[in-house]
Amino acid sequence: MQLITERREISSALFRFSAPIVSIAIALFVAGFLLLASGVNPLEAYREIIIESLGSMYGLSETLVKTTPLIFTGLAVSLAFRMQIWNIGAEGQIYMGAMAASGVALFSGIENHWLMMIAMFSAAFFCGGLWAGVAGFLRAKWRVNEVIVTLLMNYIAILLVDYLVYGPWKDPKGFNFPLTAQFTDAARLAEYFNTRLHSGFFLAIFCALVLYLFMERTVWGFEIKVIGSNPKAAQYAGMNTGLAIFMVLFLSGAIAGVAGFSEVAGLQHRLQHGISPGYGYTAIIIAWLANRSAIGVVIVSFLMGVLLVGGDSLQLLWQLPVAFVYAFQGLILFFLLASDFFIQYRVKLVRGGIHG
Amino acid sequence: MPDLLQIENIRKTFPGVVALDDVSFSVSPGEIHTLLGENGAGKSTLMNVLTGLYHPDRGSISIDGEEVHFASPRDSLARGIGMVHQHFMLVPAHSVFENILLALDNVPNFFNRKEYKQKIAALIDEFGLDLDLDSPVWKLSIGAQQWIELIKLLMRDCRLLILDEPTAVLTPQEADRLFTVLERLKKQGKSIIFISHKMREVMKISDRVTILKKGHSITTLQRGDYDENRLASLMIGNDKIPQWQKNLQMSDEIVLEIEKLSVRNDRGLSDLESFDLQLKKGEILGIAGVAGNGQKALAEVLTGLKNANSGKILAKGEDITNSDAKKSYIAGIAHIPEDRKSIGIAPDMSVDENLIMKSFKSGAFSRWIFQDKGAIRRNASEKIEQFAIKSGPDGTPVRYLSGGNIQKVIIARELSEAPAVLVALYPTRGLDIGSAEYVHKVIADGADEGMSTILIAEDLDELLKLSDRIAVMFRGQLVGYVDPRNTTREEIGLMMSGEKQGGAACN
Ligand SMILES: Nc1ncnc2c1ncn2[C@@H]1O[C@H](COP(=O)(O)OP(=O)(O)OP(=O)(O)O)[C@@H](O)[C@H]1O
Ligand SMILES: [Mg+2]
Repeated sequence: MQLITERREISSALFRFSAPIVSIAIALFVAGFLLLASGVNPLEAYREIIIESLGSMYGLSETLVKTTPLIFTGLAVSLAFRMQIWNIGAEGQIYMGAMAASGVALFSGIENHWLMMIAMFSAAFFCGGLWAGVAGFLRAKWRVNEVIVTLLMNYIAILLVDYLVYGPWKDPKGFNFPLTAQFTDAARLAEYFNTRLHSGFFLAIFCALVLYLFMERTVWGFEIKVIGSNPKAAQYAGMNTGLAIFMVLFLSGAIAGVAGFSEVAGLQHRLQHGISPGYGYTAIIIAWLANRSAIGVVIVSFLMGVLLVGGDSLQLLWQLPVAFVYAFQGLILFFLLASDFFIQYRVKLVRGGIHG
Repeated sequence: MPDLLQIENIRKTFPGVVALDDVSFSVSPGEIHTLLGENGAGKSTLMNVLTGLYHPDRGSISIDGEEVHFASPRDSLARGIGMVHQHFMLVPAHSVFENILLALDNVPNFFNRKEYKQKIAALIDEFGLDLDLDSPVWKLSIGAQQWIELIKLLMRDCRLLILDEPTAVLTPQEADRLFTVLERLKKQGKSIIFISHKMREVMKISDRVTILKKGHSITTLQRGDYDENRLASLMIGNDKIPQWQKNLQMSDEIVLEIEKLSVRNDRGLSDLESFDLQLKKGEILGIAGVAGNGQKALAEVLTGLKNANSGKILAKGEDITNSDAKKSYIAGIAHIPEDRKSIGIAPDMSVDENLIMKSFKSGAFSRWIFQDKGAIRRNASEKIEQFAIKSGPDGTPVRYLSGGNIQKVIIARELSEAPAVLVALYPTRGLDIGSAEYVHKVIADGADEGMSTILIAEDLDELLKLSDRIAVMFRGQLVGYVDPRNTTREEIGLMMSGEKQGGAACN
């Protein structure tokens, strides 16, 4: 007996659509065993996750707070995915965006709130964009693999921010903690309902709508789709693929940079060590689950937000490590990739080799 | 003796399309059985059902009188049925040898490389082919790649070989060699299912012909019971063949001139060597030459896919070889490429989208930065109707179209913007009679409106029928021009083989 795999010629739309849902379900099931092993009743834990993240106004607002950076970065990654470009560096681009926005907030001396917001936003946008643009340039010019470049530049960005908050930008009145001084009121986004929910969330939703229109309705979105589908044909049709690769990575980095702006201006009100606990990596899972659609990114980001907030409460209630949430995310991605394989291939058990 | 293969009442549907409906036919041992039908009639689909790539909705397949159910091409291969696909699948970076090896099972993990190589080389010799086993596949012509596919099947010792439009990518000389090979295989008792749109070939090698029309098997005829006209009328039925007429173009205005152009390929050899050419306004300039004598490089230079090493390109007298003007000039050249699938289409995108791939930014299909979906759809239905493209339900990705219909999508797109210059490589390859005539008509009508065409084709009949002048190429150089009304196939043939310089007087 022997297992063989074969490529499917066509896979049904239903199968394709249900794959993410099924993979989340299987991930929940397998994670249940991890919970059992830690002595926690999985059903109780899952109930706790839902109640904590959605059961109260406060819980819901916290979920949306976590959803915000995930939407930005999820959009960033999925935009590049559309063109078969892999931006693994959203994490670093958040840091660069946050750094640029903080620099403006701390040192520009602007007093008008709107001017300040525009300046911080633009700084984050361009800084994140240029950071990813380096990978775009290298890829377009010398075909350097963008996965490696974007990934490695994460470490540079994170260490650069650390250097600033441990060194020149450190708050003199901060008891030596690695953080900058607090921003002035002019440099803070509005908050709502007496919770930590801030305008960044609405900006993220707006961004998703704009990106949806950009991808589905504009001539540039069309160009990106053609290049993603067949770069050779795109070139032959007269498209400048090199420029497009640079522009898409720039835009992708810029959107991730805006996530950094939203985090410092909306939530933390200062730059500090570890401003993102890995949103940029979660974004890769989100983009994949959402099948690169902007609307899908919003929905999946919200689900991930639920998981993050619920996961926090598991830590408090049962002293489960944070790692559990990451393990769970990893499981989802794992099953998703596996389901992708089953969408494309058929596996069969064959008796006595292949001579039927 | 039961038939080798018996197919009965096969039905196969795809979402929104009935590709095959109640199709039956059979193949006896040692026969060459041709499948004939228009583009999208279901020939490739039927063969894919037969080899187990698709599963029929209904109907049965029997081998040696015993019903079989193939779950995949592996199963059919195990029963000795092998197929060379219309769009073949080789690993481009691997060598010819490795690609052939990949196709063989029961190669032991530790095998004697030399022994296998000798085996394959012996087969290549036996059939008088010309293939370098160590060359990577991407360097080979499409025709040569096809030979690799065939060798793969011969190495596996198949009883029934299916060849889906093999000659569409072969030069006439290569096609003749293929027929010799097929005759030999037939003598060895093997059966062959052969698909082609070229009547002359069908007449030459078939023992029986089965005609498919719109997914139905119309009839099967024995050799001797048919002639070209009978087959054509059965295949075409009530469909109209487009009528057109060639008007001689007399303009003396030169729109494009090439002077002493040299182009080297990635092996460092010259594809074009001091090549000269003049294209007049509104003319159809045929390029004749045995494939591999620089036609492809010529087309690539003219469409900006390759750069010249030396020489000049003049557009309306102005040197554009290295100027910025070249880009915009080239953008105005329409191009029907040889390698359609890899550079002609975005396979996952719809027919509508593929039809505007070159003009999506124009005012006709966009408003400001937004696409005008209504206009895009209207354009598509217009083109689908004009070129009789069988495109399936709206939004179907182009890669699901039949080979000939993909070809029509590309031609419809390239000819839609009233280009000043058209460079067409083998534009009617893989098209059925009606579609080929329609493409000829569009090119001839374009010429009447001032479009200049460089027509690169292998079929001398096509060149003679359509061209105002024919330029003959040999080893990357221009041998001379001939007047199609004033020459013979023999004369062109001699020039193509470099045995005769310059042609009959031609202005
Ligand atoms: N995988 C698929 N999904 C949807 N439709 C398909 C698929 N494969 C084939 N078709 C449709 O089935 C019909 C028959 O296609 P097929 O490729 O068999 O034609 P053909 O006779 O080989 O034509 P050609 O001479 O152009 O190669 C076409 O209308 C095509 O669009
Ligand atoms: Mg076909």
